[in-house]
Amino acid sequence: MGSPFFSAEEQRVFDAKLSEILAHYPADRKSAAMLPALRLLQEMKGWLSPDGMRLVAKALEVPPERAYEVATFYVMFHTHKPGKHVVDVCTNLSCSLRGAEDLLAYLEAKLGLRAGTSNEKWTLRETECLASCGTAPCLQVDEVHHEGLTRGRVDALFDKLS
Amino acid sequence: MLPAAEKVITRNWGKPDSWTLEAYRANGGYRSLEKALGMTPQAVTDEVKKSNLRGRGGAGFPTGMKWSFVPKDSPKPKYLAVNADESEPGTFKDRYILENDPHMLLEGVTIAAFALGVRTAYVYARGEFKFQAERLQRAVEEAYQAGILGPTVLGKPFGLDVFVVRGAGAYICGEETGMLESLEGKKGWPRLKPPFPAVVGLFGSPTVVNNVETIASVPTIIERGAAWYAGLGTEKSGGTRLICLSGSVNRPGVFEITLQTTVRQLIEDERYGQGMPAGRKVKAVIPGGSSAPVLAAHEIDVELEFEALKKIDNMAGSGGVIVMDDTTCMVRSLWRVIRFYAEESCGQCTPCREGAPWAARLLRKLEEGRGEPEDLEILLHVAHSIAPFPPIGLGNTICALGDSVALPIHSFVARFREEFEAHISQHRCPFGDRPWGHYGALRA
Ligand SMILES: Cc1cc2nc3c(=O)[nH]c(=O)nc-3n(C[C@H](O)[C@H](O)[C@H](O)COP(=O)(O)O)c2cc1C
Ligand code: FES
Repeated sequence: MGSPFFSAEEQRVFDAKLSEILAHYPADRKSAAMLPALRLLQEMKGWLSPDGMRLVAKALEVPPERAYEVATFYVMFHTHKPGKHVVDVCTNLSCSLRGAEDLLAYLEAKLGLRAGTSNEKWTLRETECLASCGTAPCLQVDEVHHEGLTRGRVDALFDKLS
Repeated sequence: MLPAAEKVITRNWGKPDSWTLEAYRANGGYRSLEKALGMTPQAVTDEVKKSNLRGRGGAGFPTGMKWSFVPKDSPKPKYLAVNADESEPGTFKDRYILENDPHMLLEGVTIAAFALGVRTAYVYARGEFKFQAERLQRAVEEAYQAGILGPTVLGKPFGLDVFVVRGAGAYICGEETGMLESLEGKKGWPRLKPPFPAVVGLFGSPTVVNNVETIASVPTIIERGAAWYAGLGTEKSGGTRLICLSGSVNRPGVFEITLQTTVRQLIEDERYGQGMPAGRKVKAVIPGGSSAPVLAAHEIDVELEFEALKKIDNMAGSGGVIVMDDTTCMVRSLWRVIRFYAEESCGQCTPCREGAPWAARLLRKLEEGRGEPEDLEILLHVAHSIAPFPPIGLGNTICALGDSVALPIHSFVARFREEFEAHISQHRCPFGDRPWGHYGALRA
């Protein structure tokens, strides 16, 4: 059955994948599936809207606040619509020792927005250490690592993205 | 010359398709599991105990002892939760185990589960490890198809399910009880201990939490025997260890080293760091992930081993060794470290929630030349309120993230006080717009 939020087909996909996820947890611990369920929704819709979070909470039989609390705790969950591409740049110590501050400044200029802001096309953020400290500097675009960056490699990567 | 380390963890890295079941088996994989299944669970635990294996996630806790804390007569199911959250700045070893040899981890998981009476194991990978989690998931699927996982393990009357779960971006979920909360579908607020997870862990059941490298060491211990493994190490810690070398050094990377290797040898040896960039000297080294106290150049003849570092009020931690050269600004370096913990404080305990951002603001003020003479004392006072030092472990917070704010502040200021004072008296950073040392600019 469809709803204003999900088409009938989306609902079917969501239900099927959620029941696979639920099989990983004890039957009386449905709410343990909160992170994978939110991720599933985000993959389908691009972000976690209030309606979406309510739907996940209902499916896991918890109050909507629980979904909201979890969604806002983890930085990879987007409770506001992000840009088309999410760019997370590591500026922690090992990366800064290898040019990360320059990298961030270069990206701000290249993409035309300040770190910590979004536009239609980009969300640009400083992020946690990405466990690429030996291949610094690094960033993630849409959850994919790019390491050992130089200005040339950044140009090649970003000029491809639209 | 420094003896070469035995290859325990890295022995399959670089071999063709090393991440597949076929290649792993061709290299002798899953024979330790067969051997373990022919032993009693107690004998497996005893072997791990005798091997002197110590946790590679940060605290260095003896693994066999942790396993023996799990109550034998509990009516509840028991769980194994493998910590693949790897988020401590300067640490990047577990990802290469997941990428290069996921079956070594899975073989360790099956052996540990057999020893512990576990029927369900979770591997919690940080959210950013999409590629690594997918690779591990494929290995899990291969293992199910080959009858290594599932209702019977290699045909023996013992069943095991393994589930790979991804986090979603929160450093605190590497702390073991934060991870358990996250596995239960909540925000990762660490729990008060005791009770420890071995007694009350996931879903209220006895749970062993171990790091990826720790568990990946288990197959070799069973294969070669506890005595052999213990003999590789020092009196109180067995085996080799993965070290992550980063920062201002010629060859950063992950290296498997003997526990007798010193920080200096790691930096200088041709097989490892290959020395400092031309004309540069070591100024400071953080030896155990960015939570650990910093060492000054004259202190780096210390072995990268748990007891040796503990003796000088430091820690082996997660094996992240970060090198700063003599043209690196210590104020800016410390600011980057503290800013991370301020961002990642979960907000549960007041000293950490309020203290970490306060310290980060003070450091930024100092770095930008706006510091006032009393700021340094305020900074130290804030650190002291979160966790007095030395020794390590006096924190006033539920988990050790608080200590990770305090230890860097105490140690940086103790060793480089004049540099902090110079920022105040000169009203500027003495390094100007080049604070990051030899490799600090983005290359063309
Ligand atoms: C703030 C914080 C973050 C941590 N992050 C990690 C981590 O990313 N990976 C890890 O294995 N251990 C991490 N630990 C250590 C774990 O709490 C735990 O000691 C470890 O996973 C136990 O495994 P081991 O005995 O095999 O080392 C962290 C601890 C703290 C306090
Ligand atoms: S410091 Fe940037 S990836 Fe670790």
